Amino acid sequence: MSYFAKIFILLIAATIFPIMAMIVPLIIQPRQPNKEKNSQYECGVDTVGRNIIRYRISYFLYAIIFVVFDVETIFLFPWAVKFNDLGLFALVEMFIFAGILAIGLAYAWKKGALTWK
Amino acid sequence: MTIGITHFLIISAALFCIGLYGILIKRNLFSILMCIELMLNAVNINLVAFNHFLPTPNLSGQLMVLFSITVAAAEVAVGLALIFRVYRDFQTVNIDKLNSMKG
Amino acid sequence: MNNDLNPALFYFLAAVMLLSALAIVYCRNLVYSALFMVVCFLSIAGLYAMISADFLAAVQIMVYAGTIVILIVLCIMITRRTTMERTNMPEKKYILRASVLAGLLFFLLAYIFVNSEVLPTTNNIIALSGDTVSGLADLLLGHYMLAFEIAAVLLLAAMIGAVVLAKGADEK
Repeated sequence: MSYFAKIFILLIAATIFPIMAMIVPLIIQPRQPNKEKNSQYECGVDTVGRNIIRYRISYFLYAIIFVVFDVETIFLFPWAVKFNDLGLFALVEMFIFAGILAIGLAYAWKKGALTWK
Repeated sequence: MTIGITHFLIISAALFCIGLYGILIKRNLFSILMCIELMLNAVNINLVAFNHFLPTPNLSGQLMVLFSITVAAAEVAVGLALIFRVYRDFQTVNIDKLNSMKG
Repeated sequence: MNNDLNPALFYFLAAVMLLSALAIVYCRNLVYSALFMVVCFLSIAGLYAMISADFLAAVQIMVYAGTIVILIVLCIMITRRTTMERTNMPEKKYILRASVLAGLLFFLLAYIFVNSEVLPTTNNIIALSGDTVSGLADLLLGHYMLAFEIAAVLLLAAMIGAVVLAKGADEK
């Protein structure tokens, strides 16, 4: 429990620190607003057309593959911690696991989900 | 009063009921997906709490949560892809407008 | 390992979790409710860390708060309209019935949990030997070996299904 108390204290300190860094300039900054300064792109050309665009679906395909391999790491981590004790059988199991997911990656690659167009 | 299993069961029941309420009143597919995630998390809290407070010899309950998280990730991936497909075909994500049999 | 949990920390985390869950339901902007999910999942991770599930707390932060919420926000941005205001409105005609149903379910469950005779007290916790990661690895690669491989098949099916559906939505 004391182990997590340290993490909790770190969390609180890490939360307070950026809040302080935002509050202090709010107090001491000089305020001279004008129209040019308040525009979204202070320097540079004005935007043409609507500034809200719809993102392409290609982003989602990458995100899907990322999610699957993110979940793979939560299974890989306990295996890696106990690697020395578990032996050859666990290694074979983990290779089957990674191999099944590699089939999915190969499929996505073949379908062109990884090419940016 | 010390914190026992009853406390954990009650907060997970509250989380589950909030998720259920959200599913019933919301018409947006994204909101419904988010409320399903809340209900799944309520179940996970139950599993971890039982694993801690019951005199169990091993960590089976925590391992069930690991599998449950895997299933939730797969569910979110497929669910969001389905929402894309629905949005492409119907131009809306409101489930009350998705009542025609032929798209 | 001491068996007494800190009540102040528990009530703080539970309050944050339930309030952010209510905020998910009551926010009118879909992006705000998606971001309140992060707060909710972080407090759930804190609760896991309280009851000797430290690895699951890390997994909760990594998979739920880190990945699933980001995926949902990305998809909201892909399908968004011109403005996100009033995108998450409740349907008025269902509010009464839904709140009665959910409230009734909660009070029934709470009544059962408070009055239950079979639930154990905190006194009979058996301290587990070793850390949780080693215990999980032993179970995962030993007794639950087949479930572990089937989880891989499930992930494969999810990845192929999502790629097929999303690629189909792309060809327009």
